[in-house]
Parts: sequence; C-alpha cells; structure tokens
Amino acid sequence: MGDHVTEIVVFTLLFLLVSGMGFVAARWRAPSDMAHLDEWGLGGRSFGGWITWFLVGGDLYTAYTFVAVPALLFGAGAAGFFAVPYTIIIYPLVFLVLVRLWSVSHRHGFVTPADFVRSRFQSPTLALLIAITGIVATMPYIALQLVGIEAVLKTMGVTGESTIARHLPIIIAFAILAAYTYQSGLRAPALIAFVKDTLIYIVIIVAVLYLPYKLGGWGDIFAAADAKFDASPSPNDGVLLNANNQIQYMTLALGSALALFLYPHSITGVLASRNRDVIKRNMSALPAYSLLLGLIALLGYMAIAAGVKPLPNAAGTGADSNTVVPLLFDQQFPGWFAGIAFAAIGIGALVPAAIMSIAAANLFTRNIYKEYLRKDASPAQEANVSKIASLVVKVGAVACIVFLDPQFSIDLQLIGGVIILQTLPSVALGIYTRWFHRGGLIAGWAAGMLVGFLMLYQIPNAATGRAHFGGSAFPFSKFGFEGSTKTIYVGLVAVVVNLLVAVLVTLALRAGKVADGGDGTEPDDYFADEGDPRVKPIPLARTPEDDEVAEDEAAEGRRTA
Amino acid sequence: MTEHEAGRPAVARAKDKSPWNWLLFVPIVIPLITPLFNRDEPRLFGFPTFYWLQLAFILIGVGTTTLVYQMTKKRR
Repeated sequence: MGDHVTEIVVFTLLFLLVSGMGFVAARWRAPSDMAHLDEWGLGGRSFGGWITWFLVGGDLYTAYTFVAVPALLFGAGAAGFFAVPYTIIIYPLVFLVLVRLWSVSHRHGFVTPADFVRSRFQSPTLALLIAITGIVATMPYIALQLVGIEAVLKTMGVTGESTIARHLPIIIAFAILAAYTYQSGLRAPALIAFVKDTLIYIVIIVAVLYLPYKLGGWGDIFAAADAKFDASPSPNDGVLLNANNQIQYMTLALGSALALFLYPHSITGVLASRNRDVIKRNMSALPAYSLLLGLIALLGYMAIAAGVKPLPNAAGTGADSNTVVPLLFDQQFPGWFAGIAFAAIGIGALVPAAIMSIAAANLFTRNIYKEYLRKDASPAQEANVSKIASLVVKVGAVACIVFLDPQFSIDLQLIGGVIILQTLPSVALGIYTRWFHRGGLIAGWAAGMLVGFLMLYQIPNAATGRAHFGGSAFPFSKFGFEGSTKTIYVGLVAVVVNLLVAVLVTLALRAGKVADGGDGTEPDDYFADEGDPRVKPIPLARTPEDDEVAEDEAAEGRRTA
Repeated sequence: MTEHEAGRPAVARAKDKSPWNWLLFVPIVIPLITPLFNRDEPRLFGFPTFYWLQLAFILIGVGTTTLVYQMTKKRR
C-alpha cells in the first residue's frame, strides 16, 4: 500500500514544476508580437514534428481517457477495447481530411473549422451552427478532465466534508491553469505536453512490465477477468465480444474516430503545425500513443486480477469505477512511484483542458464576436477576447463539476460526441466537395441533432437505474426489430440521417433554383504548403471573410499561380 | 467549386490526387471487421487473439500512412 503523504508530496512538486513551465512558455519561441490570435491561439502556426507529436498526442489522449478506458474494461470487458481500433482509424482519416484543412486554413488564415465553413459555403448561419456545436461539445469534455484529477485526489485521500473543501484542490489547479493559458496561449500546453507524456510513458512501461510479473503473468490476468465476467449476471460483458455487441463495437469505434477529429481542439492542434509534411509524418508517429492506450486499457484487467475494489461515488449510490487505475497504482507501487503516476494523470488533464479551452475561445472570438458583435475587430482585439473567453470557459467547467453531479458532465460528453459528429458533412465532406447546398447542410445538421437527442433520450441504464441518457448503445428492438438484442452507436445513425437529409434538401433546393452562396476558396488552396507565395505574413491584419478582399485575393492568386 | 475551376491550371490539383491515397482505407476498414479478431486462440504471450491482433493492427496503420507519405511527397 502506497504511503499517501509521499504520493501527495511527489504529486505537488511535479504539479508546481509544470505550472512554472506554463508561465515561462510565453517566452518560448517568442514571437515579436504576441497580441495576435495566430500567436496566442495557434502558437504562430510554427510547430515542427516533435512539438506536434507531443501536443496532438497530449491533446487526443486525455486524462479522462486514461482513467475511463481501463474503467470500461474493468466493468464490461472486451467492449471497452474499442478505444484501440478507434485510435487506429483516426490517423488515416486525418491524413485524408485535416491535411487539406491545414492547407486551406494556412492560405486564408482560418483559425477554426467554422471559419472554413463560413468561407466555403458563404453562410454565416451555418458557420454559427458549427461554432456553437463545437463550443457545446467541448465544454463537458473540459469538465471531464477534472473528473480525471478528482479520481486521483480521491485515491490519495484528499477529500473533504463540505462541497468547497472537497473541490478546493481542483479549483486551485484550474486557477493556475487558467492563469498560464491566459498568458502563454497554446505555447503553454505544447511545452507542458513534453513533461506529461514523458511521465505517462515511463509509468505505463513500468506498469506493463512490472505488474504482470507481480500478478502471475498475462495468462493469469486474462483468466481472472474471464472468471469475473463469467460470474456476473450481465449478458454483455466478457473477455471477447458476443453476438449482441459487435455492431456496437464497430460503429462506436468508427463514430468516435469521426467525432474526435472534428472536435475543435484536435483541429487546433493540427492547424498549429508548420507545414503539411509535419502533419503527414505525425500520422505515422502518433499511433505510438494508440499502443500506449491499448496497454493502459489492460490495466483494467490487472485491477481485476489484483482484486481492486473501486471507491464509492460522490452521491454514495454505487462505486466510482474511475478510481480503479489510481487504486491499482496505490496498491501495487511504492508511494513515490504512485505519486509520479498520479502526477502523470493530473498533468495529463491540464494539457487537453488548456487546448480545449483555447479552441472553444477561438470559436467564440472568430465566429460569434467578430461575426456578430464587432466586425472590425483587430487581430490584437481578437487575441484579447479569446484570452478572456478561455477564462470563462474554464470557470464554466469548474462550476459544472462543483455544483452539478459529475455524472451530468459524463452524460453531456456522451451527447457531445454525437453532436460534434453532425458537423461532418459541412467540415469533413466540405473539405472535398462544394456539392451540398448551404440550406441542405443546415437542414441535415438539424435533423441529425434531433435524431441523436431522441435516441439518446430513450436509452436507459440498468446499472445506474436511470431511464434516459444511460449510454450511447441504441437497442435494435426500438427500431422495430422485435426480440433483437443487438445495439448500435447513436452518433453514426444520427450522422447517416443528417447526410440523407442534406442530400435530399440540396436536390430540392437546386430543383427550386434557390440561391446558394459562392465559394470563397479555390481548388488549389487545398494543397497550399508552407512558403506559399499567396500567404501574407501573419502580422498583417487579414479579413478573409470579407467578400471584397476574398475576391481580390482570388484574383491575386490567379496571377501568382 | 465549378465556377472557380475554369481557367485554373490543372497542375496544382495533381499533388493530392495520387491513387496511393486509396490505400488509406485499408487501416480504416480492417480494424472494424470484428469477425477477424473476435476469438481467443491462438494466444500470444498469454494475450487472446482479440487483444494482440488489434494491437498489431497499429502496425498496419503506421505502415500504410508511412508508405502513402513516401509515395506522395513532393520531390524537391
């Protein structure tokens, strides 16, 4: 059993080290002028291969993932392993889609996916919908990072009686995070990601070598898991998938991958790279994290073999399965090493939380503030608004955790994955084709959102006794397949409905000769690379949304091409 | 899109049009075919097939993206 005092000391020291780095980051690769959204919000679009690897890795594989995925395996077995195929298929998808998004954004100075949609479909309304979807989907994701930190704090015995006492450590942690994100922007998480990922890799390599040795080998670990699932009354757990949950497994892996690269924070990480080659090379290097995640997932089975009993949840109604990995470390490692492991998870929450809040703030600034509130905002004003918006977003996330049941954030994040998928036709397909009518995309978005919500609302959860929003696995029997016990991921069904509606409404609007917007982008914008002669240097204020300027640029592009 | 295509040089479009890109669908599709890997035997280092084979798919992903990158990158 680890010694809590040693754990807390190691955890605190590492946390303070990282906080110091966060503030120093403002001077790291410092630009001549920080008062520009490209600098604060995208790190000057200058990150090379290594920084991008740490930044995007630290961004996609969050603390919540590290805590929740093994908890899923602990609870349900094979079904939780969807995280592995999910993080394999995301990289070819990024290769196909986000590299082109990088080019067109580099060429036009886009900061957010909604900026792209605004220009591509000439529709401020569609851009606003994309921006709001992004902000709403990101907020609960930030809150969940706090759930990751709380699982660690709870294991170290840092709890209190009153609401405020219990939450004081994460309020302080988030206040520090908010301060250095405000000052350093995207440079802070980029620099901290080096420490976070180094710690995570060390902890996991030690864990997967040492723990199986201590627990009797992998054969015994899988046997223990098998025995647990055999004994449980639930029909859908087990070390392998069964006839009921294979479709769910496939659709959840695919849907989650499509959702992940549409999240604003993933796009922020990718847009901060220096050139196309940096992104493409990273698609071969980032899967190292998928291997790491696969091994982390198996910590759930190690916890079964080690006989870990999860701590009770805050409401006192059941077990908090998110505590299984921290408890496993606490039981099996000496205090100082458990402290390092906990710091890895805690710091692991800060990197994505910072990037997510920056991404949400950029969406607000570019697509709401500048579009509707102050059309003539200068780049310096944009940077300022974004900094303040990032603070507001973090206060909101902390408030969600302190004043609401954390389960609420988990539900919201579940919904978040489904709704962010509804931006797929406009953003991901929009990168390849301008075929859709802007009205068709808006109608498809609305239909997808409606279907997604209705389906999620009808899903009960037997384990927690809830009647609605109990999960993302929709039973086939509710489609009218009587007696079927198969399930499917809601998000994928909703996005198929979205696409169908978008196609039908597009055809209808074309037939009715309803005016569509133009296209502010050029076909070869999608291949522009670093050093493109048409890209103006960053410090010049650019307003690509402005039709007149866009036309001038298009004309200029024709001359230089 | 069409109104802008007129008068554009076709050369610039060619770079990402490589047929090599279609290879990227291999690592997107294979990890989703559950019948391929949803079994216990053969085991590897005590891991059921379900686990080691899916981890091995990571190599397919890495191999494919590396190959496509090498085959499509600009000759300088």
